[in-house]
Amino acid sequence: MIEIKDIYKSFGDNEVLKGISGQFKPGVTNLIIGGSGSGKTTLLKCMIGLHHPEKGSVEYDGREFTTMNFEEKIEIRKEIGMLFQGSALFDSMTVEENIMFPLNMFTDQKRKEKLDRVNFCLERVNLSGKNALFPAELSGGMKKRVGIARAIAMNPKYLFVDEPNSGLDPKTSIVIDELIKELTEEYNTTTIVVTHDMNSVMGIGDYILFLHEGKKFWEGSNKEIAHTDIQELNDFVFASRFMKAAKDKF
Amino acid sequence: MNFTNFGRYILLLKAVFRKPEKLSIYMKAIFKQMDFIGVGSIGLIAIISTFIGAVMTLQIAFQLVSDFIPKTIIGSVNRDSSILELSPTITAIVLAGKIGSAISSEIGTMRVSEQIDALEIMGINSPGYLILPKVLAGITMVPLLVILSMVLSIGGGYIGGTLSGAVSAAEYVQGITTDFNPYTIVVALVKAFVFGFIITSVPAYEGFYVKGGALEVAQASTRAVVVSCITILACDYIVTQLLL
Repeated sequence: MIEIKDIYKSFGDNEVLKGISGQFKPGVTNLIIGGSGSGKTTLLKCMIGLHHPEKGSVEYDGREFTTMNFEEKIEIRKEIGMLFQGSALFDSMTVEENIMFPLNMFTDQKRKEKLDRVNFCLERVNLSGKNALFPAELSGGMKKRVGIARAIAMNPKYLFVDEPNSGLDPKTSIVIDELIKELTEEYNTTTIVVTHDMNSVMGIGDYILFLHEGKKFWEGSNKEIAHTDIQELNDFVFASRFMKAAKDKF
Repeated sequence: MNFTNFGRYILLLKAVFRKPEKLSIYMKAIFKQMDFIGVGSIGLIAIISTFIGAVMTLQIAFQLVSDFIPKTIIGSVNRDSSILELSPTITAIVLAGKIGSAISSEIGTMRVSEQIDALEIMGINSPGYLILPKVLAGITMVPLLVILSMVLSIGGGYIGGTLSGAVSAAEYVQGITTDFNPYTIVVALVKAFVFGFIITSVPAYEGFYVKGGALEVAQASTRAVVVSCITILACDYIVTQLLL
């Protein structure tokens, strides 16, 4: 479980996060949602240590992360898998080398064992046989899936996903969403997805934390989100005509 | 480089020299960088050094108008100029352009495409993984390239001088072998070592802290070459002052 308590983060005079707290449980898909500039990516980066919050704490199963030194943080990070918005694959490496990279760095496995793991991860994301391709030869959806394969290569306890559906067509988005949900339930990972995609919210949002102007405005599940009377949340979730029409049917 | 940048540069170097996660992977990266920095630059350095040596001989001969000065001095001046100044400095400045811009743009592109963040999240010390192999390759290969440059520059002087008739082969050879002080080689290699460090670490710093997109990566690459060249010239003066 990951618990954040009273997180504050500013960039100069711009206060981006204003006291965010929340609990993200394992085995369920946790979503952080909000409009552009609401602070969701900043919150994610504070949680994984790419930003340092001015105040507040981040606990990984009771282990306080923000006050750890470099070596202690590395130990936690070995338990983290992350899919970046742009996939962040190493473009000078093949798909196989990308997925094998963390195994090369942190395990003493033989090449055969590592290759088996790579092939298993590729099979898991339905990309078997694509080992020799370079990231430049992959479509957007394939890059995301390779990113997921790399993220799960080390059997992470915590999985972070930043905007998994950006730039993808609706059908591919659903494939990615379902894959994230399956992996979360199968490996009981604590998964946190940052998104503003309403299909994801309705499809896989077991726990949703809604941010607005740097504050936590609401938390609940995708079943509860349609029945709130919080104006800001309704303006965000039901911004499109389609979603408004869908709400009337709930 | 102002004081804030200098402070960040020092902090980055501190992170660069942390203990590597896995030595075998770093060794592979070091050899790859040695190939890129060293072997990949041999052709360029060879052409430049040979021509500079040849032109130097012609210019020294042109300026020696007095019959009282023996022509063997052409070889001596060419040798000392090549070893002490031209080979280390010209090699370093050429490499700052070729290698520095490549290092800065490679690391800068990795920064803006979140590849460095990905390394961090995996628990890898990204400054060490990305920069240490380049720095180690730089401080080993640049001195070797400078030695090559010295040889070719002096050889180029021989070719230029004898082909043009500015100096005879015997006079030139006598000039380069008379009163040779081996300490000049030591000074040149110290310079090459320092320049190798600058050529790799300064562009790496510029690339590592890029923010933005393609335009900013290009700007960082230009800045890396400019700052490297100025730092090379400043360090050239300091090392010369200290060692001679």
